[in-house]
Parts: sequence; structure tokens; C-alpha cells
Amino acid sequence: MKPETMNWMEVGRISDIPVLGSRCIKMGGTTIALFRTVEDEIYAIEDKCPHKQGPLSQGIVHDNCVTCPLHNWVISLKTGEAQGADEGKTLTFPTRVDGGIVSISLVAKREVAA
Amino acid sequence: MKKKLVIIGNGMAPGRMLEHLFEANSDAYDVTIFNAEPRVNYNRLMLSPVLSGEKSYEDIITHDDDWYAAHNVTLHKGCKISEINRAAKTVTAENGVTAPYDKLVIATGSSPFVIPVPGHDLDGVMVYRDLDDVDKMLEVSKSGGRAVVIGGGLLGLEAAAGLKEQGMDVTVLHLMPTLMERQLDQAAGFLLEKSILDRGIDVLTGANTKQIIGKDNKVHAVELEDGTIIDAKIVVMAVGIRPSIDLAKTANLDCGRGILVNDNMLTSDPDIYALGECVEHRGQCYGLVAPLYDMAKALAADLLESSAPYTGSQTATKLKVSGIDLYSAGDFEDAPDREEIVLRDGNAGIYKRLVIKENKILGAVLYGETADGPWFFDMLKKGTDITEMRDTLIFGQAYQGGSPLDPTEAVAALPDDAEICGCNGICKSTIVTTITDKGLTSLDDVRAHTKASASCGTCTNLVENLLQLTAGDAYNPTAITPVCGCTDLGHSDVRNAIRAKQLKSIPEIMQVLEWTTSCGCAKCRPALNYYLIAEWPGEYVDDGQSRYINERVHANIQKNGTYSVVPRMWGGLTTADELRAIADAADKYNIPTIKVTGGQRIDLLGVQKEDLPDVWADLGKAGFVSGHAYAKGLRTVKTCVGSDWCRFGTQDSTGLGVRLERFLWGSWAPAKVKLAVSGCPRNCAEATCKDVGIICVDSGFEIHFAGAAGLDIIGTEVLGLVKSEDDVLEHVTAIIQMYREQGHYLERIYKWARRVGHDTIRDTIMDNTHEREALFARFVYSQKFSQSDPWSERVSGKDKHEFKPLKTFELEAAE
Repeated sequence: MKPETMNWMEVGRISDIPVLGSRCIKMGGTTIALFRTVEDEIYAIEDKCPHKQGPLSQGIVHDNCVTCPLHNWVISLKTGEAQGADEGKTLTFPTRVDGGIVSISLVAKREVAA
Repeated sequence: MKKKLVIIGNGMAPGRMLEHLFEANSDAYDVTIFNAEPRVNYNRLMLSPVLSGEKSYEDIITHDDDWYAAHNVTLHKGCKISEINRAAKTVTAENGVTAPYDKLVIATGSSPFVIPVPGHDLDGVMVYRDLDDVDKMLEVSKSGGRAVVIGGGLLGLEAAAGLKEQGMDVTVLHLMPTLMERQLDQAAGFLLEKSILDRGIDVLTGANTKQIIGKDNKVHAVELEDGTIIDAKIVVMAVGIRPSIDLAKTANLDCGRGILVNDNMLTSDPDIYALGECVEHRGQCYGLVAPLYDMAKALAADLLESSAPYTGSQTATKLKVSGIDLYSAGDFEDAPDREEIVLRDGNAGIYKRLVIKENKILGAVLYGETADGPWFFDMLKKGTDITEMRDTLIFGQAYQGGSPLDPTEAVAALPDDAEICGCNGICKSTIVTTITDKGLTSLDDVRAHTKASASCGTCTNLVENLLQLTAGDAYNPTAITPVCGCTDLGHSDVRNAIRAKQLKSIPEIMQVLEWTTSCGCAKCRPALNYYLIAEWPGEYVDDGQSRYINERVHANIQKNGTYSVVPRMWGGLTTADELRAIADAADKYNIPTIKVTGGQRIDLLGVQKEDLPDVWADLGKAGFVSGHAYAKGLRTVKTCVGSDWCRFGTQDSTGLGVRLERFLWGSWAPAKVKLAVSGCPRNCAEATCKDVGIICVDSGFEIHFAGAAGLDIIGTEVLGLVKSEDDVLEHVTAIIQMYREQGHYLERIYKWARRVGHDTIRDTIMDNTHEREALFARFVYSQKFSQSDPWSERVSGKDKHEFKPLKTFELEAAE
């Protein structure tokens, strides 16, 4: 799938997301969490821990991971995979930043890979 | 016919000299003593215990009348010699008694130095030298009042402590910046000052007396150069002594500061010796007892025509104030060619310093633990080469043995019944057996199973050595539990480094302490954030992204991602209006569950995150503020109804609880802090399983600490009994601040207390007024920056982004 067909949607400015923090995008019943790392990379993953559906957006961000506030699972923002001994995976979405504007594509990466 | 030996003075030096003499040859001399004091020889060193009431005059007599009779000594009591006729070889007393001598010993001692300030001759100005002085002080102290002691040296402090014991208010004035500066270095002088202050004795250093103000020719007050005026009923001058040499001078004996003597204690007259504090030997005058005893030995030998020359003394000092352990010996000035070994244990109040030059001990200062003083002093005197034991020297004699010197081997060499933990009476075999039987591998384990090292902690080293010895490789003494996977450092290491290296931000800590990750993890960042808040109040800016979500949004996250809201109900009190506001908010925001908590307040569960600021706004209108139910900090102060309503209540426990909560709220701590106040020992507020609990009793307030009723169930320890609500506030605040400063992140008070020792905490809070007040002041300062209601701040718009989605798409738009 080519980038121009990825259905990019502008969601806000990068400056609206705190460094090492997160903001949510609500889409009906689904919430997507946008994360900003210390290097200003932006990641989008579903706001749902694979463990007990904890809101990952409320966790502490470190390196390219977030620690779930409910039971401390550590989820990779890049891959959505649980780190360490835990097993599980959360949906991730492609993001891009253009002129300070953050866009996400609703085509989940997992589907892209498939 | 026996030779005649006449002694002028009957102090400790001639007493000791006679003992040596009689022991060697009791028939050599016919001895006559003239004593200006109307009594026998007593132990002048013990005057302080007499003053403080611990001993009586009878207890301190060295030689009683029978002793003089048994040795055929003629003792003239209260008989002062006024003239020595060297040509005729006689002495004559003021009362006319004359005695011929073959050998004469002058032992006139010293007289206290009286500073010639205006008013020094007023009635009530005293010195502290002999039993008459003590009797005078005891007489005066019966009617109380304030005594001013001029001079913060050995004698002055002992006098001050004694007068305090007798019920007087006491102020010590000392000219120099630290006490006992001749014997102590500054650090030890400071510790000493703290101990003296803790006894309720006021100390003014750098205090220069201008005059003593009189009224009706009696002491009324002391005025300092800076204009300070201190009321005084008596003034005790204890600034120093001067050798009493008038008699010798009149007899034309060579004198300097003291009567000049050679190594055999002979003066410029071959038949006249001098001994004790009145002499000057090789340029030195002495005011301590050990050199006088050495002189006594030399003199006795010379009298018997053998020779044991005196070559001067190193001096050691021990302060004789009960409860203060202080020992100093030798020379401890700083100099470029000298090295030092210092051991400090702030909590235990121990300070030891050895000054070393060319591998020999030059000086030693011991404070708090002085048992090894004589051992160090012995090596100092002998000039022992300490190269071999240098690494363990400061730990004292118990740690030395054959080479190689290893503390573990020293412990291994101890017998099975050797007591290791004095507080709990635990011997070596008990500890070793328990380690083996239970397979213990850590200090905490040993403390939990044997109680050894769990009280004051001074035996911790010994216990660790035993662990090493018994558990072998299973015990790794350097195994500090690291803060997290990002570092090898433990919590204490990090806290100490923040303090010592003045680290003021999380990135700075990670840089300087070589964190292995770029920006830490969810474990270390909240800890570092707390440590910085606690260390640099008003300076450090809280890092929201290093906060656990509950503290970041000031509500408690629930399993479904909604939040719970707990407004503060001070001391568990609420009103009809408040309850109405809660009910209205619950209706308005569709809050599904309302629950009464264990901390005597109301929890609104299932609030949507977006609704939090609105809920807070509504609650705020009714006067509610955040209950910090989410905080590592003060949660609740649980109370019973106390004397307001309860027929058993002894104090206003509810009021006190409210007061405590209003004072302590908002402060961050290593972990949550829960308090309770019960109005009587029936303890309806369950104060004895709280972090800090107060049980009101008729006579005051019993403060408890270090309880737990969660993962662990532990009853509290008693901190102490205090008299007033103000005292409760100060003590409770101080212990919480101590915990804030020492606790490891997420370590509850009971675990912290177990780690640092309950006794250490108790001593600091209950007995160390200075430290308690300092802790209190630091807490009050930090509260200036933490007592603002986080809810109203967020109602006003702070951290808006936390509560609003970045964007909301309608379902159609997503497709």
C-alpha cells in the first residue's frame, strides 16, 4: 500500500502532546493513544493493554515504551508488543509529522504487514 | 633517725606519690602534710558527680584518717603554710606551727582563674575547684534560679551539668566558637554542644563577658560585650587554672608559669621538690590527673634514690558528664604532614577521629563511643607503628588481632556466648544457629528472626560479619537492591548523591549517576521525582510525566480506566451541605458507586476522566478539596469522637486529628502516610496499626509509629508521651519529615523504621530537641510549596490536556 493511499488524518499539533506524554483520539468506542518520546518521535497505538485492557495513554513513557498503569506491563510503542516475560500485542498505527501537524493512518500496521 | 619529709598540699598528686613511696619503703621517711583544706585527700576528679548528686563526699575520699594513722603520717588539716625557710629547712604555717624538713615537696596545686571583669568580686561569683565550692553551689541551687557558667571547657561543662541536675537553669558562656576547643576538634565540639543543649543547658559561644551586674552587692545578671544581658543568681568562673606558685616565689625558687622542676621533680633547691599542677616541666603545665600521677611516680623514686625520670606526658581527657561519652587525647591540629582517619555515624551520634603522622597516632577524638580511647591512647604514648592495622584501626581494638587483620576473623574468634546485640541480649551462637537453621542470607532476615541489630543498630557490622562467616557466598554484603534496572545504585545511594552532588533534575541525576537507559523507567522516574521534591522544596519543578497517573491527574484510576474521587473530610468530619454536594455531583455526572472508605470519608467511583474537572468544580463550591487518596503522602487522619461526645474520651481527639490533617496535608512522602487519633486507650480510631498514631491519655498524648495493617500486620511502637497538642504536632511532623528525608520510594514508615532502627528514630525525635526542631522547620518550609489544592488548580485550567482528548471523530468519520 502506498503512502498516499493510507488515509492520513490530521489529529493535532505535536506541541499539544507533552514530551514523554500522551494524548487520546476518540473514534466512537475506540481510543487511540498518541505518544511523544524524548526524541520527539510520535507513535499511535490502541489505548488498550493486551493484558487487561488498561488505558496505556495513562502510563509512564520511557524510551520507546509505555508502562501500563494497571499492572505495569511494558508495551513497545513501535511494535505494540509486550516486553520482557509478558506476551501480548496491541494494535499500532502509522503516524507522520508534517510542519508540526500530526497525522495518523487508520490502517493498522498489523494489517499492513499481513 | 628517719628523714623528715614535709609535703605542702594534700591533693591527688602527693597522695599518689605517698602510695608509691610507702609501697616501696614505708620506713624511709617521717611524713608531715600541711593541708590548707580542712580535710583528708579526696578524688578531685569526682567533684562533678558530687555536684550532680551522684556521689557524696564520703564516696570520693581516697585516703581516710585511718590511712594516715596507719602510715604514721602527721596531717595538719586547714593549715596553710605561709613561709619556707630554706636556710633553716623549716616551714611555718599561718597558725604558727613550724616543721623541720630534710626533703620538702611543694604540691600547692593551682588556683582557678577569675576574669577581672567589673563585678567579679560580687557575692555569688564562684569558682569550681574544691569541695567548698561544691558545697556553696549545692546550697545556692536549693532555691533554683539561673546559674551562668563562664567557660565551656571540661570544668565549666561539668559544673553546668551538675547545677542543671540540681534544678537550676544554666547558661554556659564560652569565648571561643566551639566548646572544649583545646581538647576537641570542631566536629566533636559541635556534637558536644548539641548534647549539652539537649540537656536543657543554654550555650552561648563566642560570648565575651563585659561585666557582672550586681544588686545589693549580689550577683544579678551578666552582660556580654554585644549587650546581651542574662539574669543570674550565681556566676561560676571556670575559664582556667593558674599554678599556685606564690609560696615558691617567696622562697626564691626558680619559677616560670609554674615552679620549674627537672625530670626528677627537683626545683632549683636540691632538697625541695615540686609536684602537680603547680609545676612547670619542660615548658609544660598540666591540669589533668594522668601527668600528675606520672610525676608522683618519678618523685617517689627520687626520694628513694632510685631514678625513674619523668619525661612529660601526653594527656587524655574524658568529660565526666553522665550520658555524654567524650574522649580526647594528644594533638589533633590539622597540619600538611598529618593524615586523619574519620568515622562518622550521624544517626548513632558517633564520631571518631585519629590524627596520624608517619604511621603513628598523634591524637584521637572519640565521641559517642569511647571504649577504645585507652587503647588508642596507649598506642599514642608508645608511638606504635599502625601501618599493619591501618585499615581497621578506627574500628577499635576488638577488630585487631594477629595479622592479617580482618574484621570477619575478629568475629570468628569471638566465643559462642559473646554478646553481639546488647540491646536485645543476643549472643553469637544464637545468631549463627538461626542463620544456619533458617538459611538466612540478609541482614533484614537476621533482624526479623533474631532481633539482633534491630534496635540501635550499633552491632550491625558484627552481625554482617557473622552472616558472611556463616552464610558464606549466599550473603553478599555489597548487594544493595538497585532502584531499578536502569542503575546499580540503591535508593540510599541515590538520595545521598542528590544531596552531596547537589543534583537538581532527573536528567542531571541520570547523567551524573550514569543511568544505563536514556530516560529511566516507570520505576525509577517517580522515585527520582519524589527525591528531588523532598530535597529541593520550592526549587525543583515537579515533573508530571514522571508521576504515576493517579498523582498526575489527582484521582485514582480504576480497572476500567475510569477514576474515583475522594474529597477530604478533615478528621472524618462532614456536614449536611457537604453530603448534599456529593449527592448532587453523583446525580449530575452519573457516578455509579458511592462508598464509605476505611479512612472515614466518601469515595465516588466510576467518574469519567473528562468529567473530573467538572466534578471537582462542583465539589469545590461546597468547600471540598482533594483528599489525596491517590498520593504518596498524607492520606487520612482517622479519629474518634473524643472528649466532645464520648464518656470515656480523655482529650479532644477529633480536634487534634483535624489539626494534624490541616497541618500535614499536601506533603509528598516516599509512600502513603495514614494517621489516627484515639481519644482513649480503647483506641476506637485504631491508631496502633497506623504509620503514626496518637492515643490520648489523661496525662497527655502517647505517640505511636511504624504500624501496618496491609500486606503486613504490625502493631505500632511507642515513640513517647508528650504533654500538649502542640507537642504532638511538633513530634509527629518531625518523624514524618525524618521519614520524608530518609525513606526509600514506596517504603512505608514501618519498613523504613525497621531499616534505620526504631531506637534511632525514637532518640532523634524524643531526645534530640535540636534535631526535632530542625526537622519540623524543614517540613514547615516545604509545606509552603505543597499546600495548594490540586483540584482547584485543575478547575482553573492547569494540565487541561490531561482531561481532554486531542481529537474526537464521529464514528462515520472513521470509516
